[in-house]
Amino acid sequence: MGTYKYHILVCGGTGCKSSQSTQIVQNLNEEIKANNLENFVKVVTTGCFGFCERGPIVKVLPDNSFYNYVKPEDATEIINEHIIKGRRVERLLFRDPVTNKPVTDSKHINFYQKQLRIVLRNCGVIDPENIEEYIARDGYLALYKCLNELTPTEVIDIIKRSGLRGRGGAGFPTGVKWEIAAASPGPEKYVVCNADEGDPGAFMDRSVLEGDPHSVLEAMAICGYAIGASHGLIYIRAEYPMAIKRLKIAIKQAEEYGLLGKNIFGTDFSFDIELRYGAGAFVCGEETALIHSMEGNRGEPTVKPPYPAVSGYKGKPTNVNNVETFANISPIIIKGPEWFASIGTEKSKGTKVFALAGKINNVGLIEVPMGITLREIIYEIGGGIKNDKKFKAIQTGGPSGGCLTEKHLDTPIEYETLVAAGSMMGSGGMIVMDEDDCMVSVAKFYLDFTVEESCGKCAPCRIGNKRLSEILDKITKGNGTMEDIELLKNLCMVIKDTALCGLGQTSPNPVQSTLENFWDEYVEHIVDKKCRANKCKDLIHYYIDPENCTGCMACARKCPVNAIAGERKQVHVINQDLCTKCGTCLETCKFNAVYII
Amino acid sequence: MAKITSLDDLRKIKKNLEEQISLREKAENPESLVQIKVGMATSGIAAGAKEIFTFLVDELEKRNIPAIVTQTGDMGYSYAEPTVEVKLPGQEPVVFGWVTKEKADEIIEKYIRNGELVEGIIPQNYKTIDDK
Repeated sequence: MGTYKYHILVCGGTGCKSSQSTQIVQNLNEEIKANNLENFVKVVTTGCFGFCERGPIVKVLPDNSFYNYVKPEDATEIINEHIIKGRRVERLLFRDPVTNKPVTDSKHINFYQKQLRIVLRNCGVIDPENIEEYIARDGYLALYKCLNELTPTEVIDIIKRSGLRGRGGAGFPTGVKWEIAAASPGPEKYVVCNADEGDPGAFMDRSVLEGDPHSVLEAMAICGYAIGASHGLIYIRAEYPMAIKRLKIAIKQAEEYGLLGKNIFGTDFSFDIELRYGAGAFVCGEETALIHSMEGNRGEPTVKPPYPAVSGYKGKPTNVNNVETFANISPIIIKGPEWFASIGTEKSKGTKVFALAGKINNVGLIEVPMGITLREIIYEIGGGIKNDKKFKAIQTGGPSGGCLTEKHLDTPIEYETLVAAGSMMGSGGMIVMDEDDCMVSVAKFYLDFTVEESCGKCAPCRIGNKRLSEILDKITKGNGTMEDIELLKNLCMVIKDTALCGLGQTSPNPVQSTLENFWDEYVEHIVDKKCRANKCKDLIHYYIDPENCTGCMACARKCPVNAIAGERKQVHVINQDLCTKCGTCLETCKFNAVYII
Repeated sequence: MAKITSLDDLRKIKKNLEEQISLREKAENPESLVQIKVGMATSGIAAGAKEIFTFLVDELEKRNIPAIVTQTGDMGYSYAEPTVEVKLPGQEPVVFGWVTKEKADEIIEKYIRNGELVEGIIPQNYKTIDDK
């Protein structure tokens, strides 16, 4: 260490800031000054500790003392006792919830860290372009173990016993999938990695491929050994150039090291991996469409059965797994299925990676054990809603998922519970919405996405979703009727029952879940012609409050369509016929004179 | 590179790398070997991580501070990109977020030179399988 002997870290996350952590910093600095310790102690504000419920958090280095529920007036005691006399302030120390004893070193706080990284174990830790760093983290050890110590049946048995389920969304047991592919006869089989990540706001798979490409390659080879395949294909979208680049480097390095290619580890097993590029069609994430796209045909789904495990790529048995599913394989082999099965809940084992986005403070990539609640994710890991707004909904599962509300916040996250709540696990996108989001518009956004991405093969999806989108459009424009809602409901059911593939079968979910949870908002749009979030342009009007308007001309100058009339120092007026409701005047006005009705 | 054909080969690479790392830690001159990782996934690069990476490499060389700067994947703190992890010899790694060139300069001058922490620390908020 340099000149400073102590560092005091004060949490500057939103949660702690709102409970006066700024004042704590100020008081600490004053105390330090009063005691002439400026060159001895330094106070630093940090990002969120992810432990907001016990905030404000103060941590003293180098001894890692972890203080919780700290108040500004505690600053004196921390400086006098801890820094000057070297005695920890017992009453502020974090107490273990089980033993109720104070925990002195933050490293011993068990549940402090909500996140557990299995899939992301190397992400942000190793250099993804250096295979040796991966090997140094026990990389390719699992493959070695499989090839030399385990039979293919034993490998499948381990994966089955671990309880791992597909992370692409539907949650089919991975071991069972492998077993079916292994049982399919034929010398030529394929292992396919589905890296066609298409949900809006989701970037889990991309991050794994960019941060730890070898974990996927190794798992694909293990899968190849288990099902008897010697070729692997990664279907990745061309929009992921960085992931493609790193995968190419990784494949090349693995081949150079003899970890891919002929006679791996000197055994009879050979396995190679090639890349296949997708053009970014959402439907190609569906496994049959993905296979057709890889064969060079149109990316359209076909009826299952036959399942790819029986007849897939080039009509050969093919096992398709998602990136995240593969990234779980090596740790399961090394640490054992019992270890993996001990994490998570009864039906959903292990962890899940989520891409946390939207109106949340700590936007980012998180990996949490199954069974965690949405509340923990939003308020503890995510640091709460941006700008202290009110939480309204969280959208999970992308366009196939639904919006969950306040009442679902304490539901443990599992495949089944999310479906029961009207959404789904999906690939792991989570978009948080606050009071400024209009739920009818949100449903429309997802429907528009589905309409654009529908391959057009089956009528329910091609025509039905288009109608859904049109009805929603009508409602957001203020022309909806109550009959439209009935129509929406019926249409949703018909589409779900009759569409060909997963895309169509789940596309009405955003409509159904918003109808269920935000019925009032639909009615308001139809009956009162109002949008409470002020998002539906046809239902809102901008006005200038004559009381507050100073006649500064700022809004009039900024208005792109010259809809604001008024002289200097005189009250301005918006011409409603010209106004395009772009909201520029509202952003421009410094006097809160513009309002929306 | 000779092909890896046995468990020993794998262990050797692991051991080599571990030795390299521990050599760095046990080096006599503690300032001599600082390890820096820059989060360089698509989101990091979009936020300017490449510039920070180049800046760190160039400046550390200019200022004669021997350090190993490597790229790494997404650390998960998307809200705070670009993110840089600094590990001083014998100490826990510290992650800094919102790293601009000015911030990188501050990190070099204050933290790397003097061990003085600067604003923008992101506390690690997860466990990995190594801890379990």
